[in-house]
Amino acid sequence: MTMLTNNGLVYLIALPLFGALSLLLLGRRADKWGHLLATGMSAGSFAVGLFQLSEMLGREAESRPVTQKLFTWISVGSFNVDASLLLDQLSICFVLLITGVGTLIHIYSISYMSHDPDRRRFFAYLNLFIAAMLLLVLGDSYLNLYVGWEGVGLASYLLIGFWNQKPAYATASKKAFIMNRIGDMGLSFAIMIAFASLGTVSFSGVKEQAHDASEATMTAIGIMLLVAAVGKSAQFPLQAWLGDAMAGPTPVSALIHAATMVTAGVYLIVRSNFVFDAAPNAQLLVVIVGAITLMFGALVGTAKDDIKKALAASTMSQIGYMILASGLGPAGYAFAIMHLLTHGFFKAGMFLGAGSVMHGMNDEVNMRRYGGLRKFMPITFITFGLGYLAIIGVPPFAGFYSKDMIIETALNAGGAKGIILGSVTLLGAAITAFYMTRVMILTFTSPKRWDDNQHPHESPILMWLPMVILSIGSVISGFLLYRGEALKHWLEPLFEEHGEHTELLPPIVVSGLALLMVALGVALAVVKYQLSEVDAVAPENVTEFTRVARRDLLQDEINETLFMRPGQVITSALVKIDESVIDGAVHGIGKMALGSGSFLRKSQTGFVRSYAALILIGAVALIAAIWVVTT
Amino acid sequence: MSLDNYLYLSAILFTIGAVGVVVRRNAIVVFMCVELMLNAANLTLVTFSRINGTLDGQVIAFFTMVVAACEVVVGLAIIVTIYRSRRSASIDDASLLKR
Repeated sequence: MTMLTNNGLVYLIALPLFGALSLLLLGRRADKWGHLLATGMSAGSFAVGLFQLSEMLGREAESRPVTQKLFTWISVGSFNVDASLLLDQLSICFVLLITGVGTLIHIYSISYMSHDPDRRRFFAYLNLFIAAMLLLVLGDSYLNLYVGWEGVGLASYLLIGFWNQKPAYATASKKAFIMNRIGDMGLSFAIMIAFASLGTVSFSGVKEQAHDASEATMTAIGIMLLVAAVGKSAQFPLQAWLGDAMAGPTPVSALIHAATMVTAGVYLIVRSNFVFDAAPNAQLLVVIVGAITLMFGALVGTAKDDIKKALAASTMSQIGYMILASGLGPAGYAFAIMHLLTHGFFKAGMFLGAGSVMHGMNDEVNMRRYGGLRKFMPITFITFGLGYLAIIGVPPFAGFYSKDMIIETALNAGGAKGIILGSVTLLGAAITAFYMTRVMILTFTSPKRWDDNQHPHESPILMWLPMVILSIGSVISGFLLYRGEALKHWLEPLFEEHGEHTELLPPIVVSGLALLMVALGVALAVVKYQLSEVDAVAPENVTEFTRVARRDLLQDEINETLFMRPGQVITSALVKIDESVIDGAVHGIGKMALGSGSFLRKSQTGFVRSYAALILIGAVALIAAIWVVTT
Repeated sequence: MSLDNYLYLSAILFTIGAVGVVVRRNAIVVFMCVELMLNAANLTLVTFSRINGTLDGQVIAFFTMVVAACEVVVGLAIIVTIYRSRRSASIDDASLLKR
């Protein structure tokens, strides 16, 4: 079956790329109108995406994917990589999420960044990010994906360190970049293994051979892809960078570190479904990573006082849900993507809400210094509240459908695995409800804890309009995607048929259980924070668990003792070896030449007669030697 | 008379010349000693030519004379120039190249 070609795909990427390049190249000349150009380019890309969707809807299910070959990238013997784009049912979801949410966040940033002297640079990076992320989801081979993968890493680095005049922020951006590199190495290893053992790096090529190749190969590729996903999506054990990444401006946290880039790992795993279906062990590892991260993020979220870090921990946990779902095989892929899309709406909305709160509170991020903001920021309160209801999974909000499906699929995974995963996801739902309620109460409904220098106020329309649109998304998107299993049928042609699925519990009971857990979490948070006094300063006499959770469950310390310190020791040892052995050898040779030179120089007296005598002696010695040898 | 005597004579002449080059300071004398060595070598060449009954040695002897003539021209010119500028024909004085 040959795929349809469509020469319009390139515009999806070209528009934001043009925006980024022109803003960066024009420099200050573009200061006045740069943000408008960037927003226009992002919106244009969204329009192209909508057009492509309408085209796609008009075709039969099996002929929906379209490709466009840009140019031949590598052509060596029988190995051929084209720089080609592939837009199928999976990529279109991402294209619309990236450009849609991206455009809203561009609009929001016009106002949010209006006082920043470097606003143009900010928008250039945002457009660069959009272009790279679109390349990531549109590439038709692992190599093309890798280019986008590195591109979003770069954009993330640039944007986290956007205010790099503060050393802590610059460090945070470096931390994110370096931890991402570990994941990137996983991806490059996966590509190398695929090339070495399968001879191809395109999705379709690997898919064709997935069944015939040995399971060991597939497991190796799968594990390396998982490493990549773990790095990019801030999963255990590479999750430590996400909390610090909140150093970036809040729109960046909303777009890159909540809605899109950090979900690239989920995309990678779902896109590589054929690899994981052929490698059950790698798949099991995916589930384990997802389950650990979902609990880890949730537990960290309960202790954070910084509103953005609490949301970041929540992002980690929610992506844990997605990774877990994507590790459940064909039964879970569609739900992973569904949760990803709904999460994109409500988490981006809540981050923008957090930005709006910070905007009104002189950039204060400590929730213990908020309180009672409901009255001062009604629109922020309502939009944030809708996102909150969506994330904890109250019907009929978006998160209810997507999370419920994941819990159900986890429970139905069969055997002990199903029971363990089911209880982890249920428990996670309860903790999610607890920490999100905590955020809600501390920020909006508890008595005020800020001093009188603060003058909280609602944000301007350019900021609340995107929030309103995203909150509408967090209300209806779940229902729309769930109704008639719309998303599942939409994505079905891409995945293998999955066999019989057992039903541990009827869906209605699962939903009931989930809601019960959510109610428990909410109730606990209300008792703890609404009905009792909240300190304006974080109390010190807390349990050991809280203390540890405040420090991200010691992941930084673990990384430092396990990797950083030994790494430093190795590095300094290498420096010493370099200085003594390698430099020593080089300098030694030089010194030897110098020394022997100055020694031999003494024989050059300048007296012609001594030279002549030496020549004579030499000649005599030579003749004597010849004489001795020949007789 | 045995041709060996020519070889003995040329060996004696060569030795005198070599010793003269090493021990004498006056550039002119050193120069003459060099000529002596060249002619000793010529004598050897011619003698062997005679012993072997071929003309090779004699041909080379002619070459040697041509080279010696050139050498004299250049060498004397240098010695005269050095003498003019330094008022000395001692070759030990002309030892500036070591620096």
